[in-house]
Parts: sequence; structure tokens; C-alpha cells
Amino acid sequence: MNIHEHQAKELLSSYGVTVPLGAVAFTPAEAGAAAASIMEKTGGHMVIIKAQIHAGGRGKGSFREHPDAGLAGVNVVASGQTSLMGERMTELAEKMLGSTLVTVQTGPSGKVVNRVLLEAAVDIAQELYLAIQLDRRIARPVLLASTEGGVEIEQVAAESPEKLHTEVIDPAVGIRPFQLRRLAGRLGLTGKAASSYVDLARRLVAAAGELDTELLEINPLVINASGEALALDAKLSFEDNALYRHPEIAGLRDESEEEPAETVARKAGLNYVKLDGRIGCMVNGAGLAMATMDTVEHYGGSPANFLDVGGDTDEERVATGFRIITADPNVRGIFVNIFGGIVHCDVIAKGVLAATEQVGLSVPLVVRLEGTNVELGRRIIAESGLGVISATNMAEGARRIVELCR
Amino acid sequence: MSILCGRDTRLLIQGLGRAGRFHGHQIIAYGTEVVAGVHPRRAGETERFSGETDHSGVPGREDSFSVDLPIFSGVAEAVDATGANASLIFVPPPAAADSIMEAAEAGVELIVCITEGIPVNDMVEAKRYLDSRSSRLIGPNCPGVITPGECKIGIMPGYIHARGRVGVISRSGTLTYEAVYQLTNLGLGQTTALGIGGDPVNGTSFVDALELFQADPATEGVLMIGEIGGPAEEEAADYVRSHMTKPVAGFIAGLTAPPGKRMGHAGAIISGGQGTAQSKIEAFRRAGIEIAATPSEMGAAMAAALGR
Repeated sequence: MNIHEHQAKELLSSYGVTVPLGAVAFTPAEAGAAAASIMEKTGGHMVIIKAQIHAGGRGKGSFREHPDAGLAGVNVVASGQTSLMGERMTELAEKMLGSTLVTVQTGPSGKVVNRVLLEAAVDIAQELYLAIQLDRRIARPVLLASTEGGVEIEQVAAESPEKLHTEVIDPAVGIRPFQLRRLAGRLGLTGKAASSYVDLARRLVAAAGELDTELLEINPLVINASGEALALDAKLSFEDNALYRHPEIAGLRDESEEEPAETVARKAGLNYVKLDGRIGCMVNGAGLAMATMDTVEHYGGSPANFLDVGGDTDEERVATGFRIITADPNVRGIFVNIFGGIVHCDVIAKGVLAATEQVGLSVPLVVRLEGTNVELGRRIIAESGLGVISATNMAEGARRIVELCR
Repeated sequence: MSILCGRDTRLLIQGLGRAGRFHGHQIIAYGTEVVAGVHPRRAGETERFSGETDHSGVPGREDSFSVDLPIFSGVAEAVDATGANASLIFVPPPAAADSIMEAAEAGVELIVCITEGIPVNDMVEAKRYLDSRSSRLIGPNCPGVITPGECKIGIMPGYIHARGRVGVISRSGTLTYEAVYQLTNLGLGQTTALGIGGDPVNGTSFVDALELFQADPATEGVLMIGEIGGPAEEEAADYVRSHMTKPVAGFIAGLTAPPGKRMGHAGAIISGGQGTAQSKIEAFRRAGIEIAATPSEMGAAMAAALGR
């Protein structure tokens, strides 16, 4: 689960992580007032307005509704007067809020901006990168650091791997101070900057562990003109399997950032990912579901979705799955692929038929069943009179549905 | 004759809720010797399992069975009292990692964890705990392990398996069933089939399992089923190239999976351009692994690899 930058910064602040003074705004008036208040509190002349969406590349993004305004997802306003700052920010927020920000990470359809973050500008001496994530090779979390702040870490890893430094976090003892000192040294930090960096990194490691983050990324982590380390940006994503023990984080979910059908599926306990193809797929088991999509494409079709109804599926889940698939206007046909192991095929066949009657079916449906009582299951499908086509294996089923959708 | 489990396996089950009882029944019906249950609040009770024998399992048994399974409050007591040497875990996610560590502390040789949804940090700790102990963990988030005709420790349907020549290793449940069933129908059968699980942190890797199958005289070839996410398939390919003398066939799921999206399994995600199906298929190809283009051809790819 992802959260917004302003939420991430609020959470990290509670761990003593230094962030720029800032406030979130949902309306232009709130944005203007927040900017004026920041200016008053800091005595600075520059305030930044940042679009809050769950995607990066905002600084170089542009708004679909304002192509010529020179407006990016992140904008700086300089003014000597508090009232002028407020007016200018109100105007900017008016353009940004409700408009569609397109960045390299949003895809061409972009994302609608519903909130903005106002922040005091920071006098930057140095930009760094820091992230904490699992290294699957060694089954331990690692701290990744680089001097290339503001650059995507994949690019650093590919182009200049010598600038990427790693420290392994031992789950038994946590990260040790000597590791953080070593890291600061490798980044070329000395004096106050080094000790401030070590303190910040220690707090970030604590936050990542306690909050069960999947990724904690500070890009850039900056050293300001007076040698203090702070998080200029913050990206936190949380591990779904651990959300049960963090109800306060689960409450930060912004459903407007999610694909609506995926939200419906998640609430029904189904694993669903929307794709842009035309053949709806309903499968039991994640691996088989992926393999089914691959097989559909192998025979020239395009999968409309990933949907895993669970290894031991039942009628109820099948019906919910059908409702989600048929609600997608791109779907021209449906392929149900079930390997009924412990669950018997006749039970699944009845479930599929009940669900189709309940939901109504306007596109071709191919059902492939395998497992216990398979003959009985196929007979139930064949004799239903609903025009459902029965396939004997996955390849045949995929070929049939692709033909029927031509 | 096989790896990990067989006729000398004495199994205990941790977690006797709905899933533990349901699959416990299937496992006993298959012919696995189940000797104990662990449930903190039901210590001292027994759980009766009785019904019809699953004749696709261990041969030469009567048509029905009845077992009164003693329940213990902890794994150490259960091991002391029954000599259990393997454990199957159905404990819900919040306590599952603790159950793994409890079994390891009691010296259980083989721990199979079915539970899906264990937090990564819990598994990082459990894995660290296992580092200094002799237990082997299979899973979590897996269907388990089966040596056909001898021992089933998991939730897989027994009847699709047959004793035979091929070792099967997979990150996915139902895709394993698909592969196993094809091998059975082709008359190749399996020595042992194991699901290593769909989570980002697991106990036994592809490489660990390949090593066991390479050393097992009964295994003539290995079928490996991978999917997007993580570096495990690439590591396995390196191992195959440098250490395996037995033929290997493989399939990778997720060619059509979009980057950055988690495909059902916690570990099935392409992140930062890493862990794509293309990269894994390419690694398999370079290692000389016979690749099935579609999952319907997994058995045929294995047959081809064995025939080369």
C-alpha cells in the first residue's frame, strides 16, 4: 500500500526525522493560507507547492489541462510579501487541484491531483539518496545510499554502481552505529553533516522496521547550508501482509489513487489486477492465473486482467469474480481456468453456472476444469443450456476463447 | 529414493483449526504417519480422524482408518512424547513465524509452512533464527511436499501424483498440480514434488532443492516452475549450469505481468526493472534448461529433456 508524500513526512516526523516545514491543502484557499503561514514562521521568501499523487517524476511532469502554463507538478514561488505569496499560491493551487498531472511514472493517462503540499524551500548544499528495502538474495533488509540524489536509483545502479553503497541490517541486532559512520564516510560527509546524517539514517531504519515498510525511499536526502541532514522528499510503501498490525497506517489509504475495480476486489478478498486487454481471466491460484494470461497471449489474445480466486475457491468467490470481470467494458470474452484439487469440479461447475445466471452473461465463456469429478463437472457445464463452452485443457481453452473474441 | 520425506516421516501438525483439521484428514487418508497435533488451548485432548482410505496414497492399507491424534500444548512436548521428525504448520499469519521458530527450537528436521500472508519482517527474523539450527523450512505460502506413494505433507490433491522419475520444484500451488498431473499422464511420475512458496522470503530455495535432487539417485530429471519477482530463478540457472548433471526443464509464469504490480503472490512483482519473466527465461535458456512455451507443455518439455 502506498501513501502520499505529506503523510510519509508526518509519519517520519514522529520518529524525529527532520523534514521541511510544510502543510497539506485540499483547496486553493487552504494552499494560499498555508504558504503565507510558512513564510511567516520561517522568515524565508520561497515556498514550494508539490502535487500529491502516488507517482514520481512530478518535477518534470505537466498538466493536461494547462499545457502551455509552464506548470509542473512541483513549483517554487518567491515573494517578499506574505500577502502576495498567499495570492500567488492560491492561483497556482487553483490550476493544479482537480487537474491531471502526467509524469513518466503515471503513464499517458496521468493522475488527477486532489491535494497539494506547501513547503518551505531549503537551502541545499548537497543532495543524496537513501532507501531501505528487502534484499531477497540474502533475506535481510538493506540500507542503500548514494551521492546521486534526485536520480532514479535503477539508473545509478546501471550506470555508476560504484556510487551505490549498501549496508545489511541484521534482524538480530539492527543496524550498528559503525555501519552508519562508514556509510557517511563513503558518501564523503564530514563533521556536522556526517553526524547529522548518521542520526537521520538511524531514525529512518527504526521507522522502516517498526512500520513494516516495503520501501522507504528518501530521494533526495539533503544536507542544508548549515550542515543538517533532512528528508526533502519521502516515499513510503507498506507491506500489505503487515497492515493488520498498523491500523493507523491502513487508515491513510487514498482509494482515489487506486483502480476502482481493484479496490472492489481487494475488499472481497480477491487478487485482481486490471490490464488493458479483451479476454477476462478467472483462475484459482496466482501462478496458474499468470500462466493463463501468458497462454491467452501466446495464442494471439490479450488478457483483460489477472484474477486469482484462491486455491480452494467456492461459489461465492466465483460470483464476485464474475461481477468484477463483466463490469470491465473492454472484456469481449471470459476464460475460466480451474484446477480443482481438493475442491471437486462438479461443485465448481455449479458455482460457475450459478454465478453466470446471477450476473448475466453477454460475452462468450470458455470453462476449463481439471481435477476430481472432472467428467461430472464438464457434463454439468455442457448440459446447462447456457452456451458455455467446455475445454479439456488450458491450451485448448485459451485457443477457443481467442477465436471467439476475434 | 526421494528427498525430504518418505516412509520414516513422523508428522506433527501445528494449528488444528478448520484448515488443519480438513487437510489433516486428507493427509492421514493418504497414508502419512501423523503422530501429534499442537494446539496451546487443547493440550491433553485428542482429535479423532476417521474415514475412507485414499488408495492413491501409500499402498497396501485397509479401506478405512481411524486415528486418535494426541494434542500437545507445544512442539517440544509433542516431539518428546511421539518422536515426530516433521511438522506441518497451518497457524494464522500473526503467529506463524513464531510457530516455525518453535518447531526449529524443538529440533524438528523438516518444517513445512502452508500459511499465506506472514509479514516479511517476521520471516526475516525466522530465517535468521533458522541460520543457527539444523531444521529445514519449506515455504511459507506453499502447497507443501509430497513423495508419491510414501508421504504427503501439504494441501495438494494426492491422486494427481504417481511414483516416478522426476523431481518437481515450484513457487506456485495450482501450477505445480498442473505440472505434476502432466508428468503422471505421460507416465514419468515424480520422486518428490515440492512447492517452495510464493513469498519473497522462504526457507528452501530452488538451488537448495536442486542440490537435493541432484544427490538423489532415484531422480532422473528436474522440472522447475518459476515466476516473476526476485533473483531465485537466475540463481537456480547458474547452479544448473555449474553443478547439475541431470536434465532440467522449466517454465516461467508472468510474461504478460505489468511492472510494479503484485500478481497474487507477495513475491511475484517486477520492481525497478528486476525480476522479469524475460530475464528468467533467458537465464534458463543460457543454462541449457528445456523451456516449456506454455504451461500445457511442461510435461512434454521434461520428457524432451530426459530424452536428449
